[in-house]
Amino acid sequence: MTSTTTTPRSATGSVALRGVTKVYGQGEQAVLALDGVSLDVAPGEFVCLVGASGCGKSTLLNLVAGLDRASGGRIELGEGVNPGLMFQEPALFPWLTVEANVEVPLKLRGLPRNERKARVAELLRTVHLSDFGRKRPHQLSGGMRQRVALARTLALDTPVLLMDEPFGALDAMTRDILHDELERIWSERRLTVLFVTHNVREAARLADRIILLSSRPGRIIYSTEVDVPRPRRIDSPEIAAIAAEVTDRLRTEVGRHGQ
Amino acid sequence: MASDTLAGTPRTDAEISGLDALEIAGREKAPSRLRRLWSATWPKLAALALAIALWQAVVWSGWKDPWALPGPAPVFADLGHYALTSALWEGLATTARRAAVGFAAAVAVGLLLGLAVARVKVLRAAIGSMITALQTMPSIAWFPLAILLFQLSEQAIFFVVVLGAAPSVANGVIHGVDYVPPLLVRAGRNLGARGLNLYRYVIAPAALPAIVAGLKQGWAFAWRSLMAGELLVVIATRTSIGAQLTYARELSEATRLMAIMIVILVVGIAVDAAFGAADKAIRRRWGVLDQAGN
Repeated sequence: MTSTTTTPRSATGSVALRGVTKVYGQGEQAVLALDGVSLDVAPGEFVCLVGASGCGKSTLLNLVAGLDRASGGRIELGEGVNPGLMFQEPALFPWLTVEANVEVPLKLRGLPRNERKARVAELLRTVHLSDFGRKRPHQLSGGMRQRVALARTLALDTPVLLMDEPFGALDAMTRDILHDELERIWSERRLTVLFVTHNVREAARLADRIILLSSRPGRIIYSTEVDVPRPRRIDSPEIAAIAAEVTDRLRTEVGRHGQ
Repeated sequence: MASDTLAGTPRTDAEISGLDALEIAGREKAPSRLRRLWSATWPKLAALALAIALWQAVVWSGWKDPWALPGPAPVFADLGHYALTSALWEGLATTARRAAVGFAAAVAVGLLLGLAVARVKVLRAAIGSMITALQTMPSIAWFPLAILLFQLSEQAIFFVVVLGAAPSVANGVIHGVDYVPPLLVRAGRNLGARGLNLYRYVIAPAALPAIVAGLKQGWAFAWRSLMAGELLVVIATRTSIGAQLTYARELSEATRLMAIMIVILVVGIAVDAAFGAADKAIRRRWGVLDQAGN
């Protein structure tokens, strides 16, 4: 269903990239966005991809989501797995209520009405928005909209969640709350998360493993495990120390382009 | 049960709902319905009164004889009599049926044409700009050809109504589909909407405001084309509103002529208002209504 380069594997929540390459354009104007990216994400693992502009982070997620085709290499997902994708914008359908937005993937899967209603209620409870089902997206705050988008993505019942800077447009306090919420939902549902961000602290707060991508072309240049016990606080010294280490690497990489 | 898996989750549910309540406070304030209705109605009533006063002033000035330009009083009196005759209602029925059939045909043609041009690149290159060019053609200029093709018949009228209205509808569809936010399409595809489902769940509803705008404009063109047609293509057995207008002129019945004009104006405005209300309802749902409620 996703792309021709995607082959099914039995372990459902796992994501494997094997020498994935992406070229945009043709001939002399061709741009190499991703150059042989190989990565194994274990089921239930939380991986943050960090990099400066032009490192192909979003491209990578689009490839895994099957919204775009790789130019080379393979992407391996569990059998029948369609990863859910979240964007920086909530991308809610403005003509639908909150409930109806969450219901869309259930409708598309052909679930009967009763079952859909029950699932929608359960998902809204999960993101603490039970009282807002009848509202329209424009009546909610940015953080609430992003939680609706999360509920809608969870309605896909997929073990793999792809997140493209989902909290980038939110204020710090709302972002902190959403970090806690995401961590809770991730652990409750044993999701595999591939989370793209340029915020190094956010990555250290959330990830089991941080992967640093170089820019133009995107390659994996550094990877580190985050061995801080959960629950974590973004302002704790352990998180700050890891963030500092990753930031130094990132600066070196960005500096390379200045010469 | 929410925090079972992670001991001592630092956030409480109260904290989350408290922040939600603070963030959406003051987002909703709805003035009373009666107040809204009044603030929307009184400027229109005032403008109407001013127009009638101006009309009366011109009549009193003696610029034209009363048999050519009657004042508002005799015209509205005649409109009252006219409303009691079967001529008005039968005429309205004939005209309304033509309007409905002609507009429906125009909408069908416009939707299909618009969708085809929006989807097929070659078609867009070939006739995309021609559709707009077609809109600038005054509909009355089609009638000589229509009468040659279909003689003095209803087909001639429908032919011109469809040619007049379909381009607007098609342009609405093309515009609507072109401006569907790509992010919504990507979200829809990720949620499992492919092929026809993508149109049903994402593209059609996202394009709806532009399509309604196209329908509204298409209606204005259809109504004008229909009136032009009924003035030119008079079918003796069916005394439509337009035909009665022609008769009134031939018999020099100035009050009746103006009474009929008022009927035509009112029908056009009423249907336009219906489209306006639909447009407003959509924009309210989308949350893109401006402060004044327009």
